[in-house]
Amino acid sequence: MIRFIVSRFVQGIIVIFAVITITFALSKMVPGGSVRSERFISKEAQKAQDEYYGRDKPWIVQLGLQFKHYATLNLPESEHYKGRGVDEIIASGFPVSAMVGGAALMIALTIGVPLGAYAALRPNTLEDRASTLAAIVGVCAPSMVLGPLIALVFGLKLGWFNASGWFDSSDWVLPASTLGIIYSGYIARLTRGSLRETLAQEFIRTARAKGAGEASVVFLHALKLASLPVLNFLGPAAAGLLTGSFIVETVFQLPGLGQFFVSAAINKDIPLAIGLSTFFAALIVCFNLMVDILQSVLNPRIRLQA
Amino acid sequence: MRAAWSRLMQQRMNAWALKFLLVLIFLCYAGPQLSPYDQSQQDLELKATNPSPAHWLGTDPLGRDMLTRILHGGRVSLEVGLLATAVAVIIGVLYGMISGLAGGRTDAAMMRIVDILYAFPFVNFVILLMAIRGREFWLIFVAIGAVEWLTMARVVRGQVLALKNLEFVIAARACGAGFWHIVWRHLLPNVTGPVIIYASLTVPGVMLLEAALSFLGLGIQPPDASWGVLIQDGAHSMESYPWLLIYPGLFFSATLLALNLLGDGLRDAFDPKSMSQQ
Repeated sequence: MIRFIVSRFVQGIIVIFAVITITFALSKMVPGGSVRSERFISKEAQKAQDEYYGRDKPWIVQLGLQFKHYATLNLPESEHYKGRGVDEIIASGFPVSAMVGGAALMIALTIGVPLGAYAALRPNTLEDRASTLAAIVGVCAPSMVLGPLIALVFGLKLGWFNASGWFDSSDWVLPASTLGIIYSGYIARLTRGSLRETLAQEFIRTARAKGAGEASVVFLHALKLASLPVLNFLGPAAAGLLTGSFIVETVFQLPGLGQFFVSAAINKDIPLAIGLSTFFAALIVCFNLMVDILQSVLNPRIRLQA
Repeated sequence: MRAAWSRLMQQRMNAWALKFLLVLIFLCYAGPQLSPYDQSQQDLELKATNPSPAHWLGTDPLGRDMLTRILHGGRVSLEVGLLATAVAVIIGVLYGMISGLAGGRTDAAMMRIVDILYAFPFVNFVILLMAIRGREFWLIFVAIGAVEWLTMARVVRGQVLALKNLEFVIAARACGAGFWHIVWRHLLPNVTGPVIIYASLTVPGVMLLEAALSFLGLGIQPPDASWGVLIQDGAHSMESYPWLLIYPGLFFSATLLALNLLGDGLRDAFDPKSMSQQ
């Protein structure tokens, strides 16, 4: 177990530094460079800029500099938002994204798991078909269509919430519902498929033969094993949700990490883009590790392999 | 093959999905030709209008005919979807084949790389690449295709592992067939089924990614249109003209639904094991 965690940890660090390298390599493809194109600045200021970001050095030194920033957690300033460190921007955007994403995850689970389980327990009935169809429709409603529609109906027409922005304490509701509905579709489909597969297995028959009640068979025996594929999906999905969906944050104008990343890419703000990519990667690594450990707890047949 | 086909068509939903897609493809290619309007032809006097006999789905704020634009945009979206899937299939199949057939340390190393790549924030890279390198058409599907090949590589490797110790491959090797000959003549025809299934499940994901890029202004550039571009335009003017969002959104959702149904149907039809779970 400890060996597994350590080896995964090392692997995660490799991932993070690979992400820094690739983002850095992509940023080297910028024609002309970022500060130059924006407005006229004096030669001295330009030189000071280049020195601060190390742009006057050979690229291998620059890459080393990036590694040093992230190894010592001493992040540089953003190029676009002057005077704000990349870590400050992450610290300001992450709570917004995490709140929306966390709420979306809760919505997705509270709708998706019961819907999928209900469908799995009543195979080939009208209820099964209806909930499967609902799940598929959830999967096929892209956030860029669902988001504006929800904003239109509940924000502009009914006026229950703000259609965009991050001012009131209820502003998380609409974006979180958009993401939650979409993800609940995926979760319902996965739950239905894997619960039906599990219910057909021998240990379920054994449990029934021992005289276990239907509720205990489903909830104690089957759902534990059936939650594995859902967990597998949730690892990366949770990381994506917590760091903000690019689309939903654009639709609802939220000052979350997704928005910052899109604007960093468009403004060619390389330090910020590298910082955010690295943060995303670190979260994905953490969630994958947590999922692996949880899976081995839920299913003793899965051995943790280093 | 024929049994699989009839299993696919037994489900009425699958048959409807296939018919819908065929009609849609026909309309997207023939429609803009048959339409009396050009997709970028503006009529500023007209501005945005409701659906009428002259403009079946109305016009946008620049007076462009919505139906023509939606069909034209559908062609772009479908083309990006298919081309990007093709890129993903080529990379995934080659990678999976080499990994599975090579075996041993090479296989372990190659699969470990895939594991590591699963933890990459690829969407970030695609966004960054599109923002930095301008928004060229070929770059869109190459970038998306380069992201979506991981699962394909795993599927193909699994197939090859199962196939490579079967008699016909051993016989080919005994006859002195080389590595690439075995890949090309013996393995490739046998992995076609799973590859087609997973490719059909990849297409909707790829189309979503393209629409997301276009929605963020990083994909297809106006006046050219894809569904993502139209949905973004519609979202901007939805307060006054909600149908500009709803019509392209409906086309897009219906297409995703049909593609998903067909992909699931294909998987069930070709893989009786997953059929029994249904």
